[in-house]
Amino acid sequence: MNAYIAYKVSTRTTLPMFKNRTFSVWRRFSDFLGLYEKLSVKHSLNGCIIPPPPEKSIVGMTKVKVGKEDSSSADFVETRRAALERYLQRVVCHPSLLQDPDVREFLERDELPRAVGTHTLSGAGFLKMINRASDAVSKMTVKISDSDAWFDNKLQEVESEELQLRKLHAVVESLVNHRKELCGNTAVFAKSMAMLGNSEDNTALSRALSQLAEVEDKMETLHQEQAASDFFILAELLADYIRLLGAVRGCFEQRMKTWQRWQEAQSTLQKKREVEAKLLWANKPDKLQQAKEEITEWEGKVTQYERDFDRISVTVRKEFLRFEKEKSKDFKSQIVKYLESLLQSQQRLVKFWEAFLPEAKAIG
Amino acid sequence: VRSCVEPQIEEDYQAVNVDLQTDATLQVDISDALSERDKVKFTVHTKSTLPNFKQNEFSVVRQHEEFIWLHDSFVENEEYAGYIIPPAPPRPDFDASREKLQKLGEGEGSMTKEEFTKMKQELEAEYLAIFKKTVAMHEVFLCRVAAHPVLRKDMNFHVFLEYNQDLSVRGKNKREKMEDFFKNVVKSADGVLVAGVKDVDDFFEHEKTFLLEYHNRVKDASSKSDRMIRSHKSAADDINRIASTLYTLGTQDSTDVCKFFLKVSELFEKTRKIEARVAADEDLKLADLLKYYLRESQAAKDLLYRRGRALVDYENANKALDKARAKNKDVLQAETSQQVCCQKFEKISESAKQELIDFKTRRVAAFRKNLVELAELELKHAKGNLQLLQSCVGVLKGDT
Repeated sequence: MNAYIAYKVSTRTTLPMFKNRTFSVWRRFSDFLGLYEKLSVKHSLNGCIIPPPPEKSIVGMTKVKVGKEDSSSADFVETRRAALERYLQRVVCHPSLLQDPDVREFLERDELPRAVGTHTLSGAGFLKMINRASDAVSKMTVKISDSDAWFDNKLQEVESEELQLRKLHAVVESLVNHRKELCGNTAVFAKSMAMLGNSEDNTALSRALSQLAEVEDKMETLHQEQAASDFFILAELLADYIRLLGAVRGCFEQRMKTWQRWQEAQSTLQKKREVEAKLLWANKPDKLQQAKEEITEWEGKVTQYERDFDRISVTVRKEFLRFEKEKSKDFKSQIVKYLESLLQSQQRLVKFWEAFLPEAKAIG
Repeated sequence: VRSCVEPQIEEDYQAVNVDLQTDATLQVDISDALSERDKVKFTVHTKSTLPNFKQNEFSVVRQHEEFIWLHDSFVENEEYAGYIIPPAPPRPDFDASREKLQKLGEGEGSMTKEEFTKMKQELEAEYLAIFKKTVAMHEVFLCRVAAHPVLRKDMNFHVFLEYNQDLSVRGKNKREKMEDFFKNVVKSADGVLVAGVKDVDDFFEHEKTFLLEYHNRVKDASSKSDRMIRSHKSAADDINRIASTLYTLGTQDSTDVCKFFLKVSELFEKTRKIEARVAADEDLKLADLLKYYLRESQAAKDLLYRRGRALVDYENANKALDKARAKNKDVLQAETSQQVCCQKFEKISESAKQELIDFKTRRVAAFRKNLVELAELELKHAKGNLQLLQSCVGVLKGDT
């Protein structure tokens, strides 16, 4: 028997395409990965930015104390739950993806058929594929046209932003770890101060030292909550966007591939025309017929591929602008939320020390 | 690094100097200090109306070894066996700070000019803080001596203050250091022995029990406070790097979100300066206080040990006298010896009692001063942080 964790996905909606207004289903992690795969297969070729799901592996996941219980498995589940929630919200916020029947089925259907092969195509795996492909494409340093400068610039911006976000994420993780360390050291210090207070034979000083030990104890809780904030609000935001920027890059590479296909078709067409010209001179009527048919075929392809390229360019541009808007909104709201948590910490700090000060003054 | 400290050492750093009557007859302070490659030169400044000094106001330059020499001369002086000898200041230790500055120099190529300048300023500030601390600790030692009714009259102390040549107190050579080591080993073994004997006098019995426990707990609290403050500093450093990276992100473009990043970066720059200040103040008001009382409680224990030794000597002399009387041999010698031991023990006991009472008074006053100042500073910083955060959040929310 295989034990697994199921997550409850609850939806509230006024959209007519759903059967009910509120409903819940149970999904396991592989179901989310399965959804991502289905959406990728269908939409990534159009230049859609498909939100990537959270990482499958837990290696490198910072374990943070959420509650007072020191169970790292509870932290892991909470981290994953929050990440899956953000993932789904990004999917349903996307106007085209929301229309996809797979999304509707994911949210509504009671029993979902098990997603297979997700171990090979987990979010990270798929991204790896895209990255490999993009490496091959970026080796071509060809400028498509003047209007392509926009795409070129944006891709460069995305790449440099991703670099900075990775840097920032690493520092935030370092902060989380140092705060956890501070939390532990504060607790230990509080105990030693309590002991010192017990030893002290001047009554008033002894009391003040015990009070100080209590303040330090409260600080420990504060540091713990702060570390959780650092992680859940800031670090996870950055991790999400590092993954998303990867998806954006994938999008741009997809457009490049479409352009390549068009170019290759054009060169094939050119070759066919050259063959036709040669055949005209050589006077081989049956081969000439075949050559003319091939030319028609490839002319069709060239037109098709050019239209594909124009279409994907429009989509990518639109998707990118939408992404930028979402990103801006997301960062602003999350960072403000983070600052507000810092604010609350300071307010509590003020209270702790205001309560302690008269105790200190009472010594002597 | 050569640094000069301004003549007025900030209030901040007189962490443990408390309850000492500033007496017109003798005032000592360290008015200046110079940090050179491997030593620190302290300018010891004296103001005195005492007749034995040639002038009323004068200064000399002293190094750490000369302070140690003075301290050791007190410890070795039998006349002072009944006093708590003010603990010697710790050796100036810039090794860690120097290493960091060196590492920074080596890594200069791998960071941006702004990052390098910022880190350099940080490390230089850290170096300066350590420097100011060591000056303060050397000053406290001298002030304690000057405030002590008996020690202030000591001949070596006056030479230390006045003689404007090098005292030629070379650092102890290897052989002497070995002898010191063994002396300490024997002393601590003795200490255990002596401490085991129950004292007839309730006061001293209580003090013994109290000091043994107190000293251990102060030691524990001191090391734990250091660790806590180190983590705090590390967190502040991280916030610094976050501010820098946000700044880089903010300067990539002039979009809305970039302007946002710049504002947040600016906020973190300011809050992390406050966090660094919080850690520094905790260091000064709490960690240094604990360290100082670790040393003072040791000095008090040493006093109890010396009294204990004197008691043992007295009891042995009594036994020897009884034996001599029984044998009727060398009685006068034994009587004299017994009288000397008795006087020594009583003299130590008398002054020790007062010293230990004074120690308590000083300790309570020092803790009060520092805990009040700590609370006031923590409040000030928390309110400062709060204000910064409130105004920034207000601006950011208003913008969206």
